[in-house]
Amino acid sequence: MPNPLHTRPLPVLLVFLGGALGTVSRYLLGLAIPTLGPGFPLPTFLVNLVGAFALGLLLEGLLRGGNDVGWRQRVRLLLGPGFMGGFTTYSSLCVETVLLTENGHYFVGGLYAVASLLLGVAAAAGGVWVAANLVEVPAVTVAHSTLTSTQVLHLAQPQTLAQPEPPAQRGRLIDAPPAADAPGRLDDGVGERRPDHGGIQ
Amino acid sequence: MIVPLLVALAGGVGAVSRFVLDGLIRSRLSSLVPAGTMVINVSGSLLLGFVTGIVLVGAEPADFRVVLGTGFLGGYTTFSTAMIETVRLLQQRRWVAAGVNGVAMMILGLGAAVLGVFLGTLF
Repeated sequence: MPNPLHTRPLPVLLVFLGGALGTVSRYLLGLAIPTLGPGFPLPTFLVNLVGAFALGLLLEGLLRGGNDVGWRQRVRLLLGPGFMGGFTTYSSLCVETVLLTENGHYFVGGLYAVASLLLGVAAAAGGVWVAANLVEVPAVTVAHSTLTSTQVLHLAQPQTLAQPEPPAQRGRLIDAPPAADAPGRLDDGVGERRPDHGGIQ
Repeated sequence: MIVPLLVALAGGVGAVSRFVLDGLIRSRLSSLVPAGTMVINVSGSLLLGFVTGIVLVGAEPADFRVVLGTGFLGGYTTFSTAMIETVRLLQQRRWVAAGVNGVAMMILGLGAAVLGVFLGTLF
């Protein structure tokens, strides 16, 4: 078991770089986008909704593409906790709401907080939904990787919910024998499955 | 030119602080809701309220709020992760946990921001 990600230099560096870029992007957009009417904080509002959608898209797309290791993990750290984490902000949302109410704009303040929360959840769910319908689990990668049959099942299930597959392929993924992980059996298993899955791609 | 650079640096430091704190909380605590993001967003709102309160009474230049507030605390807190974690709870049909994660974080964040602004104006 390797050390947790937050104690390793490369993951921390990737989060730093992504966070710096995301934060400065939000700052520059904040200078470019005007506030609406009696100080409705349009820049933070838009940045947060776009960021929530993009993070849903990114995480679900990466999750469906394969295990969180190697380049996939590095991209996730750079763009997820890094860029999108720095780009979006919760503290500004709260403080802007408080300043609006303290200036007597109770309705605008309430609208800003409630709309951010409801549309934020909807945007994140929308990103997850789009990725679920765009990205297919690459069966060849699954066969090559070190996934156990249980993990294959977990990967396969959400996809079958979002996009029903032909029963033949579904049966193969779910019924993958546990013995396929044993040395010697893996190559045979890959050899058997590859042509079928290749055809579906 | 110097302000955007400082904002970027502060944002990177904020993002790393969040990453490390969230990792520490995750490895030590298992709770109804993802507690790491909750702690980060509520504490960040308190601190941004405080910084904003200080600037409101005019004790510090506005650049101070931009670098520390927009930069560090903006990079530290995250809206997108909070929304995704709520969506994941909804997907698991953990309605109460999703509601708590979404609504309670907002209420606690707003309360923290009010307290922070108040303390900042006293400072």
